[in-house]
Parts: sequence; structure tokens; C-alpha cells
Amino acid sequence: MRAAVLQFPGSNCDQDALHALRGPVGIEAEYVWHSETSLQGFDLVFVPGGFSYGDYLRCGAIAARSPIMQAVVAHAEAGGYVIGVCNGFQVICEAGLLPGALLLNRDQKFICEDVWLRAENSYSPWTSGVKGPIRIPIAHGEGRYAAHAEDLKMLNDEGRIAFRYVSPTGELTEEANVNGSAESIAGVLSANGRVLGMMPHPERACLPLLGGVDGMQILSWLNSA
Amino acid sequence: MNLGSMGEWARIEDMPLVRVTVMLKPDLLDSAGRAVADSLQRMGFDSVAQARIGRVVELEVAEVDEEQIRAMASRLLANPVTEEWTYEVVE
Repeated sequence: MRAAVLQFPGSNCDQDALHALRGPVGIEAEYVWHSETSLQGFDLVFVPGGFSYGDYLRCGAIAARSPIMQAVVAHAEAGGYVIGVCNGFQVICEAGLLPGALLLNRDQKFICEDVWLRAENSYSPWTSGVKGPIRIPIAHGEGRYAAHAEDLKMLNDEGRIAFRYVSPTGELTEEANVNGSAESIAGVLSANGRVLGMMPHPERACLPLLGGVDGMQILSWLNSA
Repeated sequence: MNLGSMGEWARIEDMPLVRVTVMLKPDLLDSAGRAVADSLQRMGFDSVAQARIGRVVELEVAEVDEEQIRAMASRLLANPVTEEWTYEVVE
């Protein structure tokens, strides 16, 4: 498993992602600049968080139209693995890889705290290693997931909701849904389960020194794939 | 025409201006708009019931081509999942 960590002007979680993948996860990982057009030799694309293009126009909108994203779409269509975290989730939604969009948080605040997530999907490699509610940090102002009613129904029917925000004991509550997302959705999957987009940061929860290792439940399968 | 200052918006002569207005769909909570309405009410502007925030993009174009404007608005300027847009030709 060899990972490309994308870098856009304004990405700021690229180093965290590279460090998590090379260190605790233990796979090969390289940076790929947004103006590149090829992902040859990579099995996984990690679209990191940050403020690509200063969030101009809409979060992720301009990054989604950058040259490398055509290669990411082709990579996903060919069955490749993709994970988009935080701004990366916004980017891959804007690029049409996943349904929906991310809006300003319900209470207008930038939220930087740990949240609890429950894995809802059973067949994706990204979720099948997740046991019980996991504690993962979020850091976003625009993470309120929204999608057309028919897309929400499709995501539910096809089991493509990866994660929901829950209480520490795993219950769906209004309080646990920190940003006001539709149906408490924190992450969604492509139909083949290989493309994951999520607002919380698993790459920031891979070392005890960083306050938690629950992110490894989402990422550690990469080392044996 | 003054081009001496970086970032100054100077209209280019004889080019029509297309003003695209992008708004959040009405069925979605506009939390920024709500914050503005709350603030105006706190300032004493009691007549304000609601506020919505959108985005205006002005394009200077060689010619007004409705199909092109539609393509630009739906493929980049607005996100069809959450936003709707209108445009006007200013002159």
C-alpha cells in the first residue's frame, strides 16, 4: 500500500497525514502537489485537511477543480482507495466523488474538540475495524453535512454512512451532533466502500502522545491491505 | 483607467458585466444569516425578522453567452447541492 498525500495551497494537515501513514500506520507515503496530473504508482490518495485556496468561494471548491483532482476521480473510478478528511472531505464532495456538501456549523462556531463516532457501515475496510464508539478530534467551522433527501435515503439504504456523531456511550443525541449535520452524519462512503470522506481527523489520533489512538481503528488496515 | 494600484477593481471598457448571485437554498439553515439577524436585532433594529447571506460574483466577459454563464454558475460558482443562483447583466 503506497499513499499519495495531496498538497494544495493552504493545506495544513498534510504533514500530520504523512506522519501518521509513515509512522504508526506503517505504509509508504509521499506528497503530491495539486498541479500534478498523475497518481501512477499510488494505491491510496489522502486528501488532507486545511484551508485550501483560503476557502475562497466555498470550502474545497477551487481545490476540487485543480489538475490532480481529475487523476483522483479516475483513481476512484478504477477502484482505488481515497480518504478525504475535513477540508479533504469538502474537496472530494465538491469534486463529485461523494454526495452532499458541508455547510457552516449550526451554531456558527469553529469547533475544535474531541467527538465520539459510531461506525455505521459494515463492509468497507475503513469501518470494519472500528469497535464501539471511538474518540477522534474535529477542528472545523464548516462541517455540517447536508445532502438532497434522495441522496440521504440512498446513503442509508446502501449502508454508505460511515460514521455518525454519538454520545460517549454510542447514542444519537442532539448534543452529540456538534455541528448540526443531517442525521448526525460525520462521514460517508462511495458505493464500493473504498472512498471515505469524514470531518473528524483519524490521522490526529494515532499516537498516545497526541491524546488517543482510536484513529488507528480507521487506518490500521492499510498496513495489511 | 488606473492600473497602477495592485488589486484595484477597474472596469474594462466596453465589456459587459455579469453579476451572479448565489444564495443558500431556502430549506437549509443559513447560520451566518441568522447570526446577522440576531446582531441587528440586538442593535435595536427591531424590524428585522430574518437575514440571509449570499455571495455575489461579478464577471467581465467578452460577450454575454447564457449557456456559458449557466455552465460557470453550475460547475463552479454555486454548489447545486446546497445553493441556487441567478444572474443579471449589469451593462
